[in-house]
Amino acid sequence: MMEKDKECLLSMLDSKGFTIFITFTITLIVIRVIYVIHRSGKPMRPKTSKPVSTLIVLGSGGHTAEMLNLLSVLQRGRFAPRYYIAAATDNLSLQKARMFENSTNDETGVATAEFMQIYRSREVGQSYISSALTTSIAIAHALWLMIKIRPQVILCNGPGTCFPLCLIAFLFKIVGIKWPFIFYVESIARVKKLSLCGLLLYKLRIADQFYVQWPQLQQKYHRALYVGCLM
Amino acid sequence: MRRQRREDKEESSYRDNTAKLRSLYPGTTLFDALVKEVDTPEVKKELYAKGFTHLLIQIGRGSHIPSKSTGEDGALAVDYFTFSSSIAETLRSASLVISHAGSGSIFETLRAGKPLIVAVNEDLMDNHQAELAEELAERKHLFCTRPHMLHRTIADMKIESLIPYLPGDAKPVANLINRFLGFPED
Repeated sequence: MMEKDKECLLSMLDSKGFTIFITFTITLIVIRVIYVIHRSGKPMRPKTSKPVSTLIVLGSGGHTAEMLNLLSVLQRGRFAPRYYIAAATDNLSLQKARMFENSTNDETGVATAEFMQIYRSREVGQSYISSALTTSIAIAHALWLMIKIRPQVILCNGPGTCFPLCLIAFLFKIVGIKWPFIFYVESIARVKKLSLCGLLLYKLRIADQFYVQWPQLQQKYHRALYVGCLM
Repeated sequence: MRRQRREDKEESSYRDNTAKLRSLYPGTTLFDALVKEVDTPEVKKELYAKGFTHLLIQIGRGSHIPSKSTGEDGALAVDYFTFSSSIAETLRSASLVISHAGSGSIFETLRAGKPLIVAVNEDLMDNHQAELAEELAERKHLFCTRPHMLHRTIADMKIESLIPYLPGDAKPVANLINRFLGFPED
């Protein structure tokens, strides 16, 4: 009797059971993803003044200037510690961020900023085969940095490097490691069309809050919040 | 002698001009087409006709080296440099800026309150930069053109028709972020 049961169980596991198990798991994941998407964009913190660890993504071509402009009106004490990330090929951005950090004295007087570089998934003009390799390296590096930092808040405005970081933050939410709030401000240079990075973060509903600087974009993307020009 | 007359003329036509310079500023990006265009006799002629006496060109990493000129005998004085750490100062002394369409250069110039002509680089594949320049041109904050049309734009432009750009404000975003995170209102 016992033998028979066992055999039955094994065969079930082999065929039907396995299928059921997989289906069940996938369903659970899908439910979790839907829950996370549904939950994203809604504030979860009660009224507080406890500081949040903040990841700030910088990038050449105006992104850094816009980001520093935003940081200059945010209260330092609330967004601390601050982790600045820029592409490994971009030395200027971190230099500007350092100057910004030094120019204004922190209320606490403690150095609360760190500066990091990240590999870029692809440089302009790179071939597809080598792109695949460099992209995987870049994703692994982004994962490593995100595990190390585990930020509560991500501020970004569109350099390509911010997409893998935001995607990993979203995975953190799904797995339940951490719930980083993602704030995305589309660059002022985008008037009629979102950047690829912005479009992905908007369509996949990865960004908790999505801001645009031109009314034309808000008309096209209704979930975006129009905030006027930052520069 | 002639130069003096030029400056006088300029002062009368553009009241608060410093009666000088300055143009072009391709930032860190390579934009040889614009340097070449500014270096043409047509553009220099139009600039001079409009009362400008000095032309200062930032060539960056570009390979086209413009011909220098001291501006004697009734011509525009032309000078160039590669990079400068005092670009903000140079900008302050300018009475016209000609630049590529990078948002950094555009807003630095507009916030300095200088008249600006933006020449959009047609070589760029994904030319989203034109979007920003065209939108700001529509709002009359700057003149938008293509490198080969530059001399026409200079000839036709009316600087007094430009509307000063009011610097933007990051506070609305900051307030939304603060509210979302549950921080008390400032």
